[in-house]
Parts: sequence; structure tokens; C-alpha cells
Amino acid sequence: MWTTRPDGQLAVRSGSRRLFDLRGTLTGPYDCRGMAIQLPGLTTGCGLRHYLRTVTVIATESLSKRFPRVTALDRLSVDVGPGVTGLVGANGAGKSTLIKILLGLSPATEGRATVLGLDVATKGGDIRERVGYMPEHDCLPPDVSATEFVVHMARMSGLPPAAARERTADTLRHVGLYEERYRPIGGYSTGMKQRVKLAQALVHDPQLVFLDEPTNGLDPVGRDEMLGLIRRIHTDFGISVLVTSHLLGELERTCDHVVVVDGGKLLRSSSTTDFTQRTAILAVEVTDTDEHPDGTDALREVLHARGIDTHDGSGLPGAGHILLLTAQGEETYDLVRDAVADLGLGLVRMEQRRHHIAEVFTDSDEQAARDAEAQAALKDGDEQRKEAVGHGG
Amino acid sequence: MAVEQPQAQAQAHAPAPAPARAGEQTRIHNIGYRNYDGPRLGRAYARRSLYSQSLRGAYGLGRSAKTKVLPMLLFVVMCVPALIMVAVAVATKANDLPVDYTRYAIFMQAVIGLYVASQGPQAVSRDLRFKTVPLYFSRPMETVDYVRAKYAALASALFMLTAAPLLVLYVGALLAKLDFTDQTKGFAQGLVSVALLSLLFAGIGLVISAVTPRRGFGIAAVIAVLTISYGAVSTVQAIAYEQSSSDAVAWLGLFSPMTLIDGVQTAFLGASSAFPGGAGPSTGEGVVYLIFVLGLVAGCYGLLLRRYRKVGL
Ligand SMILES: Nc1ncnc2c1ncn2[C@@H]1O[C@H](COP(=O)(O)OP(=O)(O)OP(=O)(O)O)[C@@H](O)[C@H]1O
Ligand SMILES: [Mg+2]
Repeated sequence: MWTTRPDGQLAVRSGSRRLFDLRGTLTGPYDCRGMAIQLPGLTTGCGLRHYLRTVTVIATESLSKRFPRVTALDRLSVDVGPGVTGLVGANGAGKSTLIKILLGLSPATEGRATVLGLDVATKGGDIRERVGYMPEHDCLPPDVSATEFVVHMARMSGLPPAAARERTADTLRHVGLYEERYRPIGGYSTGMKQRVKLAQALVHDPQLVFLDEPTNGLDPVGRDEMLGLIRRIHTDFGISVLVTSHLLGELERTCDHVVVVDGGKLLRSSSTTDFTQRTAILAVEVTDTDEHPDGTDALREVLHARGIDTHDGSGLPGAGHILLLTAQGEETYDLVRDAVADLGLGLVRMEQRRHHIAEVFTDSDEQAARDAEAQAALKDGDEQRKEAVGHGG
Repeated sequence: MAVEQPQAQAQAHAPAPAPARAGEQTRIHNIGYRNYDGPRLGRAYARRSLYSQSLRGAYGLGRSAKTKVLPMLLFVVMCVPALIMVAVAVATKANDLPVDYTRYAIFMQAVIGLYVASQGPQAVSRDLRFKTVPLYFSRPMETVDYVRAKYAALASALFMLTAAPLLVLYVGALLAKLDFTDQTKGFAQGLVSVALLSLLFAGIGLVISAVTPRRGFGIAAVIAVLTISYGAVSTVQAIAYEQSSSDAVAWLGLFSPMTLIDGVQTAFLGASSAFPGGAGPSTGEGVVYLIFVLGLVAGCYGLLLRRYRKVGL
């Protein structure tokens, strides 16, 4: 199988172990073409693609979990392929409950589920050997160092002592912990603690990790770093990811696929890349000057005159200061840059943005029927949009 | 596309890419991720590792200097009287040791209680307090593995603490040229007795620690159950003895861990009882004592399993 190496080389490996290196987005005709080009000597091209599409990392079938007073999961059926998958839902939606069932630690009330092709009801031990888990809550003893702790956890995963030490050093470096790893964890910032939690989930080189709200408690910068790290877990390490959050905004940029649950029910399961690759949305923010007291408005007019339609992301908090426009290609960037320069404004930012997932859902015809429901479910949608905007910064 | 290409290159040409991601990507590519293809040794290995780590931890090894002080000090305190007794025996050419092998632990029961009270919570409360337990159970290890490793580790640590002074006595007795057969038999009986004691005390100490994750509480509770109960039972026994109801003396011994061990070794291990008047349980009563001890050990193990089942994730 092919593994993407950080240096861009493709490593060929045997067995099915690294199937998951291949993204879950093996759908469009481009995939097939891209692969044929990138893998000289590969003659089976589309045949292989077909085979890969059948790889399912997680599959649930009418999965339910009832507690005496609440139904945490309600006949959830979903298939998750390789890649980074977001599991989104409000508090109490059943995200953590699903992870516990998938780890084989909590029996489902009804239905079945498989992880990496293994039945959660009977093969829990085998599953847990192949997956990593980062809990949502604190789980670190304050009086030991990150190194000691992660080495111990590596051994608990079955790694021999020498390998445990070696993998710990590697993994801590990959998550961005350097000198501080020898200091007691008690003195770490929240961001550093989250990295240690992530490291212990990755140290045994699993095929899949469950990350339960990894961005919890992080500031915007820390959150972006964590999301970047999550992306790399798949692209660089070749490990599939199931990551939960109650914020759609942050997952849309990180995930290949998003599953939305509410009240234990599946609201939506769809690929983000399908939608976001079609068009790129550009967000532009400019300063005001004496000449143009409302810089944003001035820019909008100039751009309009040059044939570019803008929207102000109406309804979004702080919308007045951000222009959203559809990028047709490189020219659009040049056009905007020139327009800003001509007006003598300062460019605060210009960045590419994926569609907001909520919009993506609305765009989709086939499942339009469910959209109203989806929107209603995300009743704190405003808050989430605020998040999305906040992320621009 | 099907196979991910390094994004740094792609993004480097894009005008004004999201700054965080571009930076992130470039930095990443300098470090290569290596896969692990080595052995994964599974549950039994994890259990053994946890056992040895916990056993070392019970003496502060592999932990901070501060945590070594108390267990090491208690270990020394445990052995010093034995050393003195041996020295005296050798010097005075005595024809017997001043204390029986089976009596030594009773003699030092306060030290043992203190050790369990300090190391029991250390062994299990930390994992519960800092919610580390779910990390163990998200791995191949199961509840039984965790409980067995922890139980075995504390019992082993206690056995070391209680058997070491017996070894000192035995070696000293041989140096003093005391009767080999007598001494070996006494030593063996002493070892069986402290093995039983270690199992019982470790079980009680762990159960109490596992239900009181809060610091301090566990320590106090363990001391109360192990040491204070011994004092209380002994006092009541003394009163009963004064009123010459020796039957009551024997049965009262069922109510503290130390007197339970005393009863078992009096009935089966040739020990002379430390009960008031030296009137330990008869062999018949001893069976009840033994059942009590084994029942308590099994009960503690069961309670621990239940406790950790509930913790789950
Ligand atoms: N052990 C349990 N006993 C009873 N009810 C439970 C238990 N665990 C979870 N629940 C309930 O199940 C529902 C789903 O909980 P879950 O923790 O899976 O939600 P979540 O999506 O992870 O939420 P959050 O975003 O707050 O972490 C909640 O209503 C919760 O109260
Ligand atoms: Mg949760």
C-alpha cells in the first residue's frame, strides 16, 4: 500500500494496514486520474479505487444506547471511511457515548457496530489495540512528566520498554512538546496538556484515533494549532481520525467528512470536500482611512464595478467588516489586492474559507428535506457562526 | 485526490493562504513520522508492566525523591528492631530469639498500618482522582487486569515490608548458631503468616482507597480500619478477659484484621496468641478465622472489580 511520507515520497507497504492513508474522498473522476498520474506503474487505477471505496473504518447499524432516563443514541446508522471525520452535535447529543461503544467499553442496547471491520460487541480488545483514544476530560497526573506518563501509557498499549521510550520521544515531538516534556505535567498550560493527551492516544501508532473534543478550553490560536495537528494525524501519520466537537465551524476546515448527530439521532453524514472544493470563498477585511471612512463599503463598490459580486455574510456577527466573495482563480486575488491598493486601504486579511457547513447543507438538494431539521437542531447556530467568523482571525 | 501530497508546496503558491495552516504545514514536513511495526505484547504484558510499575511506585522508585521518603523510612523502621534483636542474640549467645517469627508483624502492626495507609491511596486513588483510569481501559487491558496488577503490587510490597525483618531474624538466628530445624520451621510459618497478612491488608487498603479518591480521607480511613480497630478489639478483649469470659475473647478477634491473622496463625501456624492471656482460638474456631480471612480477601477483590467496572470511561 502507499503511504504518504512527509517528504512527499510514497511508501509502498504490504497488507491492509495503511489502506487508511488514502483519503476518504475517493469519489469523483479526478481521484482516479490523480492516482494514475501519481502512482506510475499502477495499472489497476480505477479498479483499486473501487476496492478502496469499500473500506469502512467505522460502521454502525441501527445503534441505540438507552440509559434508564435518556436515550443517548437512537438507531444510529452511519458509515465512516478513512480520513478525518468530524462528529458534531450539541451537548448531550451522544458523541461520547458513541465513542465508548466503539471502543467496546459500553454495550449497545441494540444494533451493531464495527470498527476497522471488528465487531465492537465481541472484539473490543482487538479494537482497542488498534485505536487510540483521547478523552474529553482531564486525565493527566500532575506530578509526573509528560515523558514518563506517555512511556507508561505506551507500555500499557503493549509496546516493549525500548520501543515505548523511542515512540514517546517521537510522538511528543510530533505534537509539539520539546524541552518541557521533562517537567511535571502539573505546570503545563491547557494547550500543552491537550498535546500530552493527544500524544498518549498516538504513541502506539494506531490505525484510528478517537478524539473527544480536543479543542476544548483552547484559545483561538491553540485551537488552530490543534486543528492543524489533527489534519496532520491523517495526512502525515496516515492515521484515520474521528473527532468530536459541538462547533461545526471548526470541523469544516479540518475534516473530510462530517457526521451530525442530535439527540442521539443521525442528522447528516456528508463529505465536506465535495462541497468546498467546488468554489473557494474568499474573506476580505480592510481598514478604514480618512478618505474612505467605510473602507469595506468603498471596496465593495470598486469590486462591484470590476465585476465581482460580494456578500457581506449577512446575519453574521461583525459582518459589516468582512466581505465574502467567490474566488474564480488567481486573478481574483490580484483583483482584490489591486482594488485595495488603489483605494489606499490597509488589508487586514484575505483568506480562503470553506463554505460554512450550514450553508453546505442548505445547498444540497438531495437531502434538503432534512435541512430544516438540521438547522433547528443546531439551535445555537448563531453561536456557531460567530465561532466560524472568529476563526477567520 | 486519492493520495495526499505535501500541502506546503501547493499552498506556497497560493496567494495569501490561511497563515496558520501554511506555517503549520511547512514546519511539519521537516519531521518525519515513523510507523511502528514492532511487536504489540498485549494484555498480559501490560498487566505485568503495570504490576512492576506499581510495585516500584510503592517504594517511591521511579517517582520523585519526596515520595521515596516515607516508604523507605517505614521499611527501615520495620527492620531495625529485628537487627537489634539479632545483634543482642548473637552477642549474648542466647539460645532463642527474643521474639517469634509469627509475632513480629503483630509487634510492628502500627508501622504496617501506616505503610498501607500511605501506599494504598498512592496505588489507586491517584488514577481515580486524576481520571487516568479511562486511559487504561481504552487499551487492550480489562478491569481484571488492572485490579489484579494493583492488588498484586501492593500485596507484594507489603510482603517485602513484612518478610524482610523475618529474613533478618532468620539469618541472625543462623549466625547465632540456633537450632536450624527449629528456626527454619519458625521462619517458614512466619512467611506464610505475613503472606496472608499482606493479602488481607492490601485488599482492605485498596478497597478503602478506591472508594475515597480524596486525598487524606483514604489515609485516615485505612488507619482507622487497620490500626485503630486492632487497638479497640484488643481493649475489649482485655475487658472480656478480666471478666474471665475467654470464649468472648476468641470470638472478638474476628473484628480486626490483625487479630484475624493472629487467630489463624495461632490455630494453624504454631504461633502463641497475642490475645490477652494467650488464649487464642482453638482449631475449630481457627477454621472460622481462616474462612473470614479468605472471605475478606475474595470480597475485597470482588469489590475492587465492581468499583472499576463502574468507572468504565
Ligand atoms: N452513564 C450514563 N448514565 C446515564 N446517562 C448517561 C450516561 N452517560 C451519558 N448519559 C446521557 O446520555 C446523553 C448523551 O451523553 P454524551 O456524553 O454521549 O453526550 P455528548 O454528545 O458527548 O455531550 P458533550 O458535548 O456534553 O460531551 C446525555 O443526556 C447524558 O446525560
Ligand atoms: Mg462528550
